[in-house]
Amino acid sequence: MELQTLTYIVVGLTFALYMGIAVWARAGSTKEFYVAGGGIHPVANGMATAADWMSAASFISMAGLIAFMGYGGSVFLMGWTGGFVLLAMLLAPYLRKYGKFTVPEFIGERFYSRTARIVAVVCLIICSVTYVIGQMKGIGVAFSRFLEVSYEIGLLIGMAIVFFYAVLGGMKGITYTQIAQFCVLILAYTIPAIFISFNLTGNPLPQLGLGSTMAGTDVYLLDRLDQVVTELGFAEYSTDVRGSTLNMFVYTLSLMIGTAGLPHVIIRFFTVPTVKDARASAGWALVFISILYTTAPAVAGMARLNLINTIEPVAGEHLVYDERPQWFKNWETTGLLKFEDKNGDGRIQYVADKTTNEMVKVDQDIMVLANPEIAKLPNWVIALVAAGGLAAALSTAAGLLLAIASAISHDLLKGVFMPDISEKNELMASRVAMAGAIAGAGYLGFNPPDFAAGTVALAFGLAASSIFPALMMGIFSKRINKEGAIAGMIAGISVTLLYVFQHKGIMFVADTAFLGSLDANWFFGIEPNAFGAIGAAMNFAVAYGVSRVTQAPPQAVQDLVEYIRVPTGVEGAQGH
Amino acid sequence: MAFKSEADAQAYWKENVGIMLKLLVVWFVVSFGCGILLVDVLNNIQVGGYKLGFWFAQQGAIYSFVILTFYYARRMGKLDSKYGVDGE
Repeated sequence: MELQTLTYIVVGLTFALYMGIAVWARAGSTKEFYVAGGGIHPVANGMATAADWMSAASFISMAGLIAFMGYGGSVFLMGWTGGFVLLAMLLAPYLRKYGKFTVPEFIGERFYSRTARIVAVVCLIICSVTYVIGQMKGIGVAFSRFLEVSYEIGLLIGMAIVFFYAVLGGMKGITYTQIAQFCVLILAYTIPAIFISFNLTGNPLPQLGLGSTMAGTDVYLLDRLDQVVTELGFAEYSTDVRGSTLNMFVYTLSLMIGTAGLPHVIIRFFTVPTVKDARASAGWALVFISILYTTAPAVAGMARLNLINTIEPVAGEHLVYDERPQWFKNWETTGLLKFEDKNGDGRIQYVADKTTNEMVKVDQDIMVLANPEIAKLPNWVIALVAAGGLAAALSTAAGLLLAIASAISHDLLKGVFMPDISEKNELMASRVAMAGAIAGAGYLGFNPPDFAAGTVALAFGLAASSIFPALMMGIFSKRINKEGAIAGMIAGISVTLLYVFQHKGIMFVADTAFLGSLDANWFFGIEPNAFGAIGAAMNFAVAYGVSRVTQAPPQAVQDLVEYIRVPTGVEGAQGH
Repeated sequence: MAFKSEADAQAYWKENVGIMLKLLVVWFVVSFGCGILLVDVLNNIQVGGYKLGFWFAQQGAIYSFVILTFYYARRMGKLDSKYGVDGE
């Protein structure tokens, strides 16, 4: 069957499934809308969290980046998984015990201050919206590539679908929908990886395949990869450090604490019945995430090897441009892959030296989507990858929208400006807020030249520098007071925003951001994407200093801290 | 159910933080330690086709994280029952 038809069928079927679930699980009460009545099993919740968590950045983008960064790409692998350890130990059980709806609600009550709550809402909205724009962009690109419509129409279709189930379904719809999406995206990611690993090494497990010998030889795949990339003048794959050891350290730390500070992930832990389940949920989420994250390095290394082998099948014998495969032509039409015959020999030279390299553009973001085609896998596998990429982007966008909606309707309206708002009106307000956020993020998705990868890293830096330190200090210290927390959050997020804007411009152009050469003006050689960790350190330091010289929190707040540290006596989100 | 006494509550919290800190040391060692700071040293050791430092950065750290979170959940479950705060 035609690839195009097959893609329509597979994507159509998966969408019908998500929508069916959303309609079936239509939420009733406010509480159900936000946190699904607190009645979701840890394994199910773990799967939904995994789908929430793994966005277009993990699915479409990450392995492609690693393919070109080699060892340096490890910052994403460790950063985006290690954060769950922090989440499981430092935040999830305590926030579950606290048992309210939203992250700003906790910050407002723990720091006994409406100002703190408003600051938290602002930080939350800044990082969530930043993140959603990246997802919208991913949705638009994936739709336009596979359904052969323009990017704008692809984005509009995506917005309509996100609106449909996020707004009508609420959390419960999202939870079950996200379980379905997890299954689709993980199959879509692992099946091609298994095929490719088996073809290259004879070992079907990609995690082992990457460490195996090439099929029919006794040369290790990674040694072969190191050899071919260095022959072309690139840095050795398995030892290519990203910037400096310090930069890698800070980058990894920033992504880790950003993970633990992202509101749409934290809110997930409000949906399990007990504190014990909250601890287990984080573990299950990590198991499901790890399936993708341990497969990604194999996808990355093998994609790089296959790409080079296609262009230069035998050393010194380059592919004739007129004989290039179909996938090459397809991606050329998107403008993400460009060839320029510099020496006029009609053949493709792909080398590190910029003056003689003829692959003038290989956008890293295309690697995962192009990978099954490069490896000549059957069409149904390629169609499945399209469906998986869309599932990843849609599920994360929906979870983020919910966090934005609840911050606006619950924290700003009910919590601060209109305390008497009825449950019905609050629900209405949150739906309007979601629709507004979709329209806003969609609008921003139309306009800026490129937003994807840089935006996602920035979102993490912002969450790391603002929300995580406030939550952690709120739980582990009784002495941090409202003045400290407010000053800390503002200092952390401002430092991070300033640094990023200073180096990347306010409308940061992301398409070269991940491969851009290191700038001599960077603070100790730390790249802007990694700066959230420094912002977080500022936040901790300022909060501590200010709290020392101002009054201790009132007794009631200290009792609240005692209360959340006791794992039993859970109330709150367990339904009315 | 709550703690029997204030002393119990304090002892529970102290043990809780102790478990957490120990596990965070492991968390740090497997990722920042083996995957970043000591990567060059560990890369001298070859495990199959993997250099060991590279393996930690792209595989080993992630497996360790999974084990850590489950171990934490189990260990805390035991601590809860020791202090009688495991019921509902």
